[in-house]
Amino acid sequence: MNTLRDQLIGTWTLLKKELLRFWRVAFQTVAAPVITGILYLLIFSQVLGDRLEVYEGVNYLVFLIPGLIMMSLLQNSFSNSSSSLIQAKIMGNIVFLLLTPLSYLQLFFAFLIAAIVRGMFVGICIYLIAMFYVDLPIQHPWFVFIFAFCGGGLMGAFGMIAGIWSTRFDQMAAFGNFVIMPLSMLSGVFYSIHSLPPIWQNISHFNPFFYMIDGFRYGFFGQSDTSPYLSLLIVVSFFIILSFITIRMLKSGYKLRN
Amino acid sequence: MKKAIVFKNVRKNYKQLKAVDGISLSIEQGEFFGLLGPNGAGKSTLINMMAGLVKPSDGSISVMGFDVNKEYQKARHSVGIVPQELVFDPFFNVREMLRFQAGYFGKDKSNDKWVDEVIERLDLTEKSSTNMRKLSGGMKRRALIAQALVHRPPVIVLDEPTAGVDVELRQKLWSFIKELNNEGHTIVLTTHYLEEAEALCNRVAMMKSGKIVALDSTKNLLKEFSLKNLKVRLQKNNIKKIATLLKDTPFEEEDGWCTFKLQKVSDASNIIEKLNSLKIQILDLKVIESDLENIFLKLTSKN
Repeated sequence: MNTLRDQLIGTWTLLKKELLRFWRVAFQTVAAPVITGILYLLIFSQVLGDRLEVYEGVNYLVFLIPGLIMMSLLQNSFSNSSSSLIQAKIMGNIVFLLLTPLSYLQLFFAFLIAAIVRGMFVGICIYLIAMFYVDLPIQHPWFVFIFAFCGGGLMGAFGMIAGIWSTRFDQMAAFGNFVIMPLSMLSGVFYSIHSLPPIWQNISHFNPFFYMIDGFRYGFFGQSDTSPYLSLLIVVSFFIILSFITIRMLKSGYKLRN
Repeated sequence: MKKAIVFKNVRKNYKQLKAVDGISLSIEQGEFFGLLGPNGAGKSTLINMMAGLVKPSDGSISVMGFDVNKEYQKARHSVGIVPQELVFDPFFNVREMLRFQAGYFGKDKSNDKWVDEVIERLDLTEKSSTNMRKLSGGMKRRALIAQALVHRPPVIVLDEPTAGVDVELRQKLWSFIKELNNEGHTIVLTTHYLEEAEALCNRVAMMKSGKIVALDSTKNLLKEFSLKNLKVRLQKNNIKKIATLLKDTPFEEEDGWCTFKLQKVSDASNIIEKLNSLKIQILDLKVIESDLENIFLKLTSKN
């Protein structure tokens, strides 16, 4: 009863359900963010196109694409875990999970992996479409992967925290509107922070999204605003801290088992 | 043999409110147990603590010998709970939902046959590919019951399973739950419908304000608190007459019917003989037996 095999089946079942959940509404969860990303791409390519060179040999459009991919990946990883939890809580079907022998770690890993998968899937779609416009070679594929994985995981964990903490949809929307959106917009997706005044450059270094995007971009160009290893250290640290908080919340049953 | 469920001095306080106030109770394997009480009596809180949805403030609960907090995984494998609210996952159809639920308990594809059997026994076959959103209330209720059974638990808890269900479906659910009990499942039923508890349960606990006010077999409760009443219909002038002539035999009058409370069955013939001797014509008569509802009202008002 509840052997390791049972636990693996349990975790896989929840992961499969979470993946199917977003796939059933792929128009909203995949197509919409991909279209948004492509619209940014079209607009900025028309307005700025090849008039700017951000790094040596890297024009603005090419510079923009990895940032857009990572921004969409982060936002969608957050959306996946947060929306799943808040919907289940408000509709009451969270009991179907809480009544089962699934442990807090099983819940954590299933939600986390589903969030990473959705984020990466959206990111890959944008990348594939962007390849029709520009040639975008990847210089350090492992950096691209590790930043995508850790960034998606970090945001998946943050989404779980938001989903567990929120009791209403407007509270959840506040996370998106007042935390995720400003931090991602001001993270250097659309510009290199070196083009900012010194004070804003310093402030940008306090934004964890900056490190996720800058490190991810390094994987494409081999150039970045800050050391990719510093970015990796900061992203992994945030990932661990947020995972630890999420696991503590799930273990204690905070706002779930009461 | 292990007890199916044991509550030991269980308490749940919400600030000043004692939702469950020191309940100790054992339920044997194979029992059909009823938990009765008005809204706010603490029934659902007690069930939710057993299910691990609510943490007790004090005391311990075990299911099939497994502590619901320390050995929660084994305890949850042993119990299937049908929640009171009609909750569902709007993304999936009935069969998908049941297979997912079984998977959470570590059941693989080999369990699909059992899932199909549960679907069939609950008359859900035609709706098995229908999205949960599109089911009627009664169908949703059946799907919830199916969900509690997919991992073959020995203990099944039904929290108000027939609330808002029409008479036909209620009868069907009753016979299905009885079948499960006959197959050896321990059943715990919380209900408002005393008629339901009387028809199904071997033993009942009556709760009020977080406490158990009565706990016995349904039969014993009915026997112990039995109130047989003799009701006779008389002409109006005769009612006035007996009020003065039968001072040692109190009765209550309503709409021409006089109700005499009987201590024993022979009291009925004594009353009829007295009326005959007074040449009072009996227009109609009936003996009313108390049911669980009377006992419940009596006990809860007393406490």
